[in-house]
Amino acid sequence: MYEIASKKELAPDIKLLEVYAEQIAKKVKPGHFVIVRVDEKGERIPINPASCDVNEGTISIAFHEVGKTTMKLGSLNRGDRIANLVGPLGNAAELGKYGRVLCVGGGVMAAPLHFQATSLRDAGNELITVIGARTKEQVILKEEMRRISSELFIVTDDGSEGYSNLDFLEGLLRKGRIDRVVAIGPLVLMREVAELTRPYRIKTMVNLNPIMVDGTGMCGACRVTVGGEMRFACTDGPEFDGHLVDFEELMVRRRMYVSREKIAVLFYKGLGGCT
Amino acid sequence: MIKKSMEMPKQRVEERIRNFNEVALGYSEDQAVMEASRCLQCPKPLCVAGCPVEVDIPSFVRDIKERRFDEAIGKVREKNSLPAITGRVCPQEEQCQKTCVMGKTGEPISIGRLERFVADHELQRGVKVPPKPRPNGRGVAVVGSGPAGLTAAADLAKLGYEVTVFEALHEAGGVLMYGIPEFRLPKRIVQSEVDYVKNLGVTVKTDSLIGKLYTVEELFEKGFEAVFIGTGAGLPSFLGVPRENLCGVYSANEFLIRVNLMRAYRFPEYDTPVWVGRKVAVIGAGNVAMDSARCALRLGAEEVWIVYRRSRQEAPARLEEMENAEEEGVKFKFLTNPIGFLGDKYGWVCGMECISMRLGEPDESGRRRPIPIEGSEFTMDVDTVVVAVGQSPNPMISRTTKGLQTTRWGSVVVEEGTGKTSIEGVYAGGDIVSGAATVISAMGSGKNAARAIHEYLSNKKVR
Repeated sequence: MYEIASKKELAPDIKLLEVYAEQIAKKVKPGHFVIVRVDEKGERIPINPASCDVNEGTISIAFHEVGKTTMKLGSLNRGDRIANLVGPLGNAAELGKYGRVLCVGGGVMAAPLHFQATSLRDAGNELITVIGARTKEQVILKEEMRRISSELFIVTDDGSEGYSNLDFLEGLLRKGRIDRVVAIGPLVLMREVAELTRPYRIKTMVNLNPIMVDGTGMCGACRVTVGGEMRFACTDGPEFDGHLVDFEELMVRRRMYVSREKIAVLFYKGLGGCT
Repeated sequence: MIKKSMEMPKQRVEERIRNFNEVALGYSEDQAVMEASRCLQCPKPLCVAGCPVEVDIPSFVRDIKERRFDEAIGKVREKNSLPAITGRVCPQEEQCQKTCVMGKTGEPISIGRLERFVADHELQRGVKVPPKPRPNGRGVAVVGSGPAGLTAAADLAKLGYEVTVFEALHEAGGVLMYGIPEFRLPKRIVQSEVDYVKNLGVTVKTDSLIGKLYTVEELFEKGFEAVFIGTGAGLPSFLGVPRENLCGVYSANEFLIRVNLMRAYRFPEYDTPVWVGRKVAVIGAGNVAMDSARCALRLGAEEVWIVYRRSRQEAPARLEEMENAEEEGVKFKFLTNPIGFLGDKYGWVCGMECISMRLGEPDESGRRRPIPIEGSEFTMDVDTVVVAVGQSPNPMISRTTKGLQTTRWGSVVVEEGTGKTSIEGVYAGGDIVSGAATVISAMGSGKNAARAIHEYLSNKKVR
């Protein structure tokens, strides 16, 4: 059991939990993920940590309450316990000195992006950062990101803050000011970023979040086609070269259980019919 | 002399295909005593030689015959720490029962069923906590809590070592928990056998993936004096044919982990879903394929096909498992090989392109090699596919342990009979060494390694 040290609401339905996990805190690096199982009947879901604190022996995880598991997770408070927390899993992200790095984070994934961006800055890179969200209210970690970036842009789907799409990146890329790109977020966002940078041949790393079960290389649920080959996001990734990823296939696979997830949420909210 | 062995009662087919309860119900006391009475008590028993963990079979069978059930289980447990499990999943027909003298003129003694009987008898009455040996203060780490790891841990604990078992998943038991379905091996049985090992003084740490949380090297730094690697064959093989990543195509590992470990058959009470359509094809004909097919039936599939590239004779599954599957309505398509999948506009599998095969000369495995028959391509309508064509050794430890010698198939190289690896103090056993094999052979190698670790540490100075 893993005790919750603190809880914070980053935005409506987006929460950050700091959890005691001493050994994981010592080992976790940006790019890694952990598997969370909330309780005895819970499913195993992968989450990319948003930070770690070796002194406190904690890691923190940010999540958007969109399904039953994240809703259950969001209902927990300081002092409550999570049944299982496994990690660090996957491979750490590449964190070299590249020069000027464009960091793009979408939705709740801006949190793990912040973890990675901080390390990239510490490695001597200059950061230009983009945070995307559906609405102005859902933009998270703006100030934290501003502190480590030389430039910060906000993009919202509804245009309530900043740009309403990523077209403005074209200008940055054309000027040849970017040496490397890191994108973490929804698949549509990562695909769009990869497509924007492809003509400029700027290395673009994406952190994939397919459906996983064990997260240790045993089930193959997270298989993804990268450069025409079958790879497991859990053990070969989750960071891959975005120009080689078959996003179309992954988007379809990601939606495999959508109908079941809806049923689970209905039952969780007590609307599941005659039970 | 009674030539026929006592039948074991089973759940009726019509009922059992609608539930996940255990199919085989086990002997009653009288049935067990009658079966045990058939044993000739050979002065030179051939059955014992067929047992990878050397259980004193004639003695425990005689105890059953004379209704001394507690003594019987005591004799089994001297050599076998997981009798309720082996009594259910051992291929006895290939081992102890194969050499039984009774088998020459009739049916061999049903040793497996008798073992299961005494183990269940003990579980029902509450397992006696074995006397704990005096701890010798020396720590051994066991990586993986499957049959190899649990056996090594139990044997080492009995010798006084302080054993910690590291398990990556959230429940101990390895393949016994995630792989073999409830209806063949109830999970409460696995849990009580794990509890027995814990009662010997073994610590089990779940959620601990060695290679990531700690490396093998770090285990030594933490003070463990020897490490046993029993991480199994958990890497699923795929077919490598076009469109294998369509939705609805599972590896057998994924399918079985969802159903068994995550209890997806009880969704939405349990949170993990599994999706099974109307017409399911399971590729392969081993025990894992039979397990997958029978799970699919119970999850409501209308038709379940086992599709295998060779013929019935070459199928690697136990005969009993194939019979159970057939009885339940699983259909078999032999000499058929999938060459690709077809998807609908939503990205879900809707068909499987196949080619018919014929058998040629035997290959290196001794089985006749399947050869495609040109022009025999055809399509099967399927909406769910489970690929059960084998698993290879889990690469996590070999990828993260410097100096650990492996074969080109990824299995750990060990000295025969001891499990000693290329690194001092590191031993390995089970599927990580042999590739996918049986529960009992993994247990046998765990036993050998425990013996070798004891010898190694006895000759090494206490730190």
